[in-house]
Amino acid sequence: MLNGLHSNAFASLLAWSTLILMLAPVAGEATTVEEDMLWTGGLRDAYFGDRPITESDDLIVLDIPKRAENAAIVPISITAQIPQTTDRYIKTIYLIIDKNPGALAGKFHFTPKSGRADLAFRVRVDAYTPVRAIAEMNDGELYMSRRFIKASGGCSAPAGSDLDAAMARLGKIKLKTQGEMKPTEPTLAQLMISHPNLNGLQMDQVTRLYAPAHFVRHIKVSLDGEEVFSAETGFGISENPSFRFYFVPEGDGELTADVTDTKDLHFSQTLRVSAPGQQKLAQE
Amino acid sequence: MSMPSKPRKSNARKLLISQLSCGFLALSCAATTPERETCSPSTDIVQVAPGMYVRPGHAAVVFEGDEIANLGFIVGDRCVAIIDTGGSIAEGRALDCAIRGVTGRPVCYVINTHVHPDHLLGNAAFVRPGVEFIGHAKLPRALALRGDLYLERASAHAGHELDASNIVFPERVVAETVELDIGGRVLTLRAHDSAHTDHDLSILDSRTNTAFVGDLVFLEHLPVIDGSINGWIDELEQLSAIPLDYVVPGHGPTSARWPAAMAPTLQYLTELRAKVRAWIAKGGDLASAQATIDAPQKAQWPLVERYHERNVGAAFAELEWED
Repeated sequence: MLNGLHSNAFASLLAWSTLILMLAPVAGEATTVEEDMLWTGGLRDAYFGDRPITESDDLIVLDIPKRAENAAIVPISITAQIPQTTDRYIKTIYLIIDKNPGALAGKFHFTPKSGRADLAFRVRVDAYTPVRAIAEMNDGELYMSRRFIKASGGCSAPAGSDLDAAMARLGKIKLKTQGEMKPTEPTLAQLMISHPNLNGLQMDQVTRLYAPAHFVRHIKVSLDGEEVFSAETGFGISENPSFRFYFVPEGDGELTADVTDTKDLHFSQTLRVSAPGQQKLAQE
Repeated sequence: MSMPSKPRKSNARKLLISQLSCGFLALSCAATTPERETCSPSTDIVQVAPGMYVRPGHAAVVFEGDEIANLGFIVGDRCVAIIDTGGSIAEGRALDCAIRGVTGRPVCYVINTHVHPDHLLGNAAFVRPGVEFIGHAKLPRALALRGDLYLERASAHAGHELDASNIVFPERVVAETVELDIGGRVLTLRAHDSAHTDHDLSILDSRTNTAFVGDLVFLEHLPVIDGSINGWIDELEQLSAIPLDYVVPGHGPTSARWPAAMAPTLQYLTELRAKVRAWIAKGGDLASAQATIDAPQKAQWPLVERYHERNVGAAFAELEWED
């Protein structure tokens, strides 16, 4: 195990030095190579092996602030540049924050029923780091949108400025839709979960022990039993996780969110939705 | 009762002289008691009311500057109570030295208004027999959660490694109110509900009807929300009814008329809340709120470019849970 790690590290160092040599004449590029050390030196292989990844904003665009004064709650948004169709759709988006302990902040799954694979949520950022959103298509192709953020201390920062309030409403869920709902057109939904999302990185100065991690691990949103959005999340997600995503309503239905945390606590919320055409009929 | 109230000017002159002598005769300073050994000639002290002194702070981002917060001490007939100790042990020592220039009475209490490092990291300068550390009942938890992060940042700022001894926990905590008699004057310590932080403490001096309100009141420094915007507005509205003469704000002038002193903070918070609520109501998200919502009275606030966006985020995260 140790040997493996060592040889991996050595190999990546070699690869990195080679890259530096190759790119040395281009000053601007050298910085990027240095920034991407963790990615090229192991993260990429760990999550994607030797699968080709196209770095491009043609498929998804990652939007994050260049600098965040509050690293414990950094807004992230990902905008898909293609619609979700049954033939071609974005199946999964990985969000990786290279320098976070636990670099994979989450894996987010979409279906053709999502309509659009857009997503907004908030993360903790521990150091100046590249952030990457990688879209996996239904045929397995991978596309990456990469940004760099200046923020630090978000992981060891105290979870809640008002921890008591957060704990008091642990598991409370708000599920709502926004804008006018039209049948067969993607509708924006928001899922908010009241949860401290303790990441196990905050040390108690007195006991020198870390508060045990306790965070939201799995989310599934279904429309009448059919999945429209789901996620496996890590402790890189900010406290009181909030997600914005799309789904395609078809007449009257029930939108249900099921949430599970690391203590196997389950939280659930259902929202009745109806596309306006149907609603009008019902009123008349 | 015998503590005479000296005219401000003569006292200031006396202080200046003592500071100068410390500065010019650094060796003789160093040769005296341990409390005098790090006398700093640069520490400026203002007497804001009889027996009540403030070391003025200057607006800056935490860990990017020094002497940021207003610190103070109140001299009783028996002993001295310190309110906040500054951003480093050096600041704490300089304050200690300044106190020696004013009175020979011993320091008996170090009171922390809240956890922020620009107010509290000077505590370590006062760890000695006879000094009791006091804070809000929720201060220990805040220190436990943040101590490591503060040490790491403070070490980077100071250019040398600080250890855990720089984080001094309160030995006595205030859940509601506590009265301290320092001889001829009674200090009322009041624990506030979540406002600037979730553990703000204010200190009212009976003799001068003047209160140290910590960062419940900001002047000349953008208010920073690290507790609850709703709670802060509520606390200020309640506090405004208390007929104080003056307050010492955590940032800004060394003293200010009450309740006028709180008006800018309250106005900023109230207008920010209205803007963020409206943004949430129309379905706006956090990123767009931070990019779009401008600071109320933007031009009047130093550090708006460093703290306003953060405030929008803090307000948004709280207000989006309102029903």
